[in-house]
Amino acid sequence: MRKVLQQLKQYKRDTFLCIAMSALEVLMEILLPAITARIIDQGLEAANLPAVFRYGILLIVMAFLGLVFGATAGRFAASAASGLSANLREAIYSNIQTFSFSNIDKFSVPGLVTRMTTDVTNIQNAFMMIIRVAVRSPLMLVFSFVMCMLISPHLSGMFLIAMVFLVIVIGVIMVVTLKIFRRLFSKYDDLNASVQENISAIRVVKAFVREDYENKKFSRASDNLYRLSVKAEGLLAFNNPAMMIAIYFCIISLSWFGAQFIVAGDMTTGDLTSMFSYIMSLLMSLMMLSMVVVMISMSLASVRRISEVLSETPDLHDPENPIMEVPDGRIDFNRVNFSYKHGSGKNALSDIDLHIKSGETIGVIGGTGSGKSSLVNLICRLYDVDEGSVCVGGIDVRKYDMEVLRNQVSVVLQKNTLFSGTILDNLRWGNPDATDEECIEACKAACADEFIDRMPDGYHTHIERGGSNVSGGQKQRLCIARALLKKPKILILDDSTSAVDTATDSKIRAAFAREIPGTTKIIIAQRISSVETADRILVLDNGRINAFDTHENLLKSNPIYQEIYESQVKGGGDFDQPA
Amino acid sequence: MNKVSRKADSIAVLGRVLRFMLHYYKIPFAIVILCILATAVATVVGATFPQTLVDDYIVPMLQSGSNDFSGLAKDLFRLGCIMAAGVVTAFTYNRIMVTVSQGTMRRLRDTLFGRMEALPIKYFDTHAHGDIMSVYTNDIDTLRQMISQSIPQTINSVVSMVATFVTMLIMDPVLTLISILTAVAMLLVTKNFSKLSAKYFIRQQQDLGAVDGFIEEMLDGQKVVKVFCHEEAAKEDFRRVNDSLRDSANMANRYANLLMPVNANIGWLSYALVAIVGAALAINGLAGVTIGTVVAFLGLNKSFTQPITQISQQVNFVVNAAAGAQRVFALMDQTPETDEGYVELVNARENADGSFSEVKDRTNVWAWKHPHKADNTVTYTKLEGSVVFDDVDFGYDEKKIVLHNISLWAKPGQKIAFVGATGAGKTTITNLINRFYDIADGKIRYDGININKIKKPDLRRSLGIVLQDTHLFTGTVMENIRYGNLDASDEECMAAAKLANADGFIRRLPDGYQTMLTGDGANLSQGQRQLLAIARAAVADPPVLILDEATSSIDTRTEKLVQDGMDALMTGRTTFVIAHRLSTVRNSDCIMVMDQGRIIERGTHDDLIARKGKYYQLYTGNFAE
Repeated sequence: MRKVLQQLKQYKRDTFLCIAMSALEVLMEILLPAITARIIDQGLEAANLPAVFRYGILLIVMAFLGLVFGATAGRFAASAASGLSANLREAIYSNIQTFSFSNIDKFSVPGLVTRMTTDVTNIQNAFMMIIRVAVRSPLMLVFSFVMCMLISPHLSGMFLIAMVFLVIVIGVIMVVTLKIFRRLFSKYDDLNASVQENISAIRVVKAFVREDYENKKFSRASDNLYRLSVKAEGLLAFNNPAMMIAIYFCIISLSWFGAQFIVAGDMTTGDLTSMFSYIMSLLMSLMMLSMVVVMISMSLASVRRISEVLSETPDLHDPENPIMEVPDGRIDFNRVNFSYKHGSGKNALSDIDLHIKSGETIGVIGGTGSGKSSLVNLICRLYDVDEGSVCVGGIDVRKYDMEVLRNQVSVVLQKNTLFSGTILDNLRWGNPDATDEECIEACKAACADEFIDRMPDGYHTHIERGGSNVSGGQKQRLCIARALLKKPKILILDDSTSAVDTATDSKIRAAFAREIPGTTKIIIAQRISSVETADRILVLDNGRINAFDTHENLLKSNPIYQEIYESQVKGGGDFDQPA
Repeated sequence: MNKVSRKADSIAVLGRVLRFMLHYYKIPFAIVILCILATAVATVVGATFPQTLVDDYIVPMLQSGSNDFSGLAKDLFRLGCIMAAGVVTAFTYNRIMVTVSQGTMRRLRDTLFGRMEALPIKYFDTHAHGDIMSVYTNDIDTLRQMISQSIPQTINSVVSMVATFVTMLIMDPVLTLISILTAVAMLLVTKNFSKLSAKYFIRQQQDLGAVDGFIEEMLDGQKVVKVFCHEEAAKEDFRRVNDSLRDSANMANRYANLLMPVNANIGWLSYALVAIVGAALAINGLAGVTIGTVVAFLGLNKSFTQPITQISQQVNFVVNAAAGAQRVFALMDQTPETDEGYVELVNARENADGSFSEVKDRTNVWAWKHPHKADNTVTYTKLEGSVVFDDVDFGYDEKKIVLHNISLWAKPGQKIAFVGATGAGKTTITNLINRFYDIADGKIRYDGININKIKKPDLRRSLGIVLQDTHLFTGTVMENIRYGNLDASDEECMAAAKLANADGFIRRLPDGYQTMLTGDGANLSQGQRQLLAIARAAVADPPVLILDEATSSIDTRTEKLVQDGMDALMTGRTTFVIAHRLSTVRNSDCIMVMDQGRIIERGTHDDLIARKGKYYQLYTGNFAE
């Protein structure tokens, strides 16, 4: 809760103004019945026309003031609430930007999107309601009661009875229904989950002709939801009659005792009418207050979900006195152990001791789950090691400024993404200041120029979201070009040419050797042909180094390498080109 | 023009919601209206009583100095009875309304879901899943608010408005004029403000959509953002969309928030005007107005303006609900998958003469029951699993044909493999056999019958399918396997799991076959999910099988299990397999090499290698030209 409210920041002023304005509005509303009492008593009953005018005009002025106060309160409420929600979204988004890879893995994208849209909107609406009503109602309650006490302390006792009755009844209903509502919400989530499941698995449903089966299943869940809702809302149906009982009790008792007081001369008729007004607003504000309680408790779930993201702290930090320059492309792994869940005992990498010279080209090969991606992800410090150390240019990666390190160690990720924008926009992610010529140069090296030239708008072709309008191979080549534009000291390709045909693949590698000879290149691949020309090839198996040698030597002595080679030359490996 | 028609649309759509509700709840709703009427009468009586009190008791008693309260006591008792009745009717309608609104919601959900399940695959391919979901999560909810709150509230308000209005008219037509003027002012204010806020609410929904899209795209590529240290730029872009959402939300709520204070205070203005004008009239003895009527009228005036304020508060809900209802009905009104087939799949028995006849029991022999309208006869054809494509063209839309002149013959028990690059049209072909899509030209025959004549459910029942992306359902492992054949016993399910090589890992799960799967089988590995999908197809025991081999990475040991499971399943069935592994391809009866929607080469592995064409290139990875 506090985490969320902290985000009010510059909108604190609006919040307080809204509360202040609401208070003034309430004041007007409270005083208005008092004026009407005067109109009746001193004006009408006394047949005093000037008094009627005087109080009538006062009434108009106050109503006008009330309007102004109410309108400004509403205005500030709107800007405070929309401001709060904008700040919340920004805070969540900024916090996500600080997340490390392991933080990102923890949240699902749809989950984060719901938090930033639906949950934030819930809070926005609740907050607006709260700052307007939560202040109004108690103030109204207190003011009304004070006014009643001023008019007649005896009769105010009646209100106390009615109020206690209402508080008890509504309180009990609230407590019980809130419990049911919590169960209801989780049922609701289940129902939505099952809709979601049906939408994404619609082919399975149709293929097995299970439409009727799913309909029955859904209608069972829907029926459960119905029963629970009726139970909860059936209880809430007592609210309105309870309110009526309280009001009617007050009307009758006030009529009875009021008449006696007036006849006895202890009270005026005007007093009586204003008391009728006050009980109405008193009980109304009690009702409003109970609604606020419901609102708050319903939005608490949203608050909790948002706090979860806000309080997630990144588990990678820049060091205190970061090193701002990477001397060269040397890479050293010193007895590294690494696991994705620290302390789980399941190491993704064990006992890796590896030394790569600057400018070398290294191939990495191994089965799925052998730790290839984990290995390269440690070099640009996307994750931290559990034990041992990873050094780039002879310095521990944890001592570098992360941005400096990642600009010099360029990774082309396995699951790579292009963003909506032109090809040039996408390329300049690598280097915002790159000239058009530099971009074209990089595309040539990545063999991307040939297909870009064939596109109608060339380098200004618009890439759709997620790169859906280019093929898998084209996407990979653009991603490589983007990474090249960084002019890194170390270039890592994590299975980045899998959708590129073999001929182009070898052309790209030839271009690397020609254009960036000084850059250390690490190439992870499934195909032997992609790594066989490397200076040395690392064979990983089950998170351990199995061998690290040249193609010829491995072919002679390493059984794993031999097996992969055999299967690819003689068949059994991947047949076509996966996307 | 446009605006008028949009408004008419919202009214029409709200009318449709009401009709939907009334269709099921005519009598309860009639009771609700009666109860609301009764409650309103009690409320009006309660609200006017203070005046009766002053006029009939207090003033006369003050004047006469009498101290006899028995008349008042009697009157109060009568009032108490009316009020008690009012409380009872209020509870009755509140309670019935819960059933009506929740029941309507349930029927709406059920109908919507049923209609959605009947939609063709194309609908799901062309609509974002998030959009469909949002109909269930956001749009239906706006209707709930309207049905359960706005409808009774509005009826209630209108009733008490009319009741007070009539009383006012009888009491004093002149002063009523002032009240009418106020009411008109309030309605104008409501109309204009809600129009303004509706404009910005629509903009807010659009901006919300933009923010949603932006976050989804950026978070999907969040790892790339990190690798390129692009965080600051990403924040900058986000701030832009976020700010515009803030502004539209601010404006929308600003106008919405104005409604209540403005209307409430117009009510007070009208109070003051009535008092002044009334007093002026009464004191000068004009228009037959007395002090008593003015005082009474002031009370009535308040009960007249209050319901207007209340209705105006409902306006935003109703506007929202109209937008939601439009989306709900838009989904409901989609044309469902059509099925003009009439050939059915039935259990059969082979007669001595080799013909087949229909039987009721499960015989494990199936036949196509083919009624001929012309001569009113029925023929039975044994289900064997031969599939023939005869010069088939297909396009997802009519203008763009993606498959050209596809012809192929699969005899019962044969294995046909499709190979080729992504986008060559392999998956599309398999989607035509089970009629997820309808072909544009040519014919597909199943056991010699044009598949367009076969009822879709029966056609699909005769086909087993293992998709590349495995989808599992929330439920136990056993339930997920049984999905293939709802009549299968536990033993049959386990046998299918054994055949699919899934038995081993299932037994190692904490609760074995009774382990609960959630979130599309999130607690299983990719390979394990595939094994379950194979078991699911195995338990259906279809004569024709469509397999889409997974390209996604699974560890070598599981991959071997999946491979063996698929092989076991394929034995003795006509199989169409979209192949990624050479071992699958090599022992196929026929291999179709696809390129850009055409079959460019076909034959056995050895034939194709000998031909040294595209297949040879793919196989050797040798692209030398």
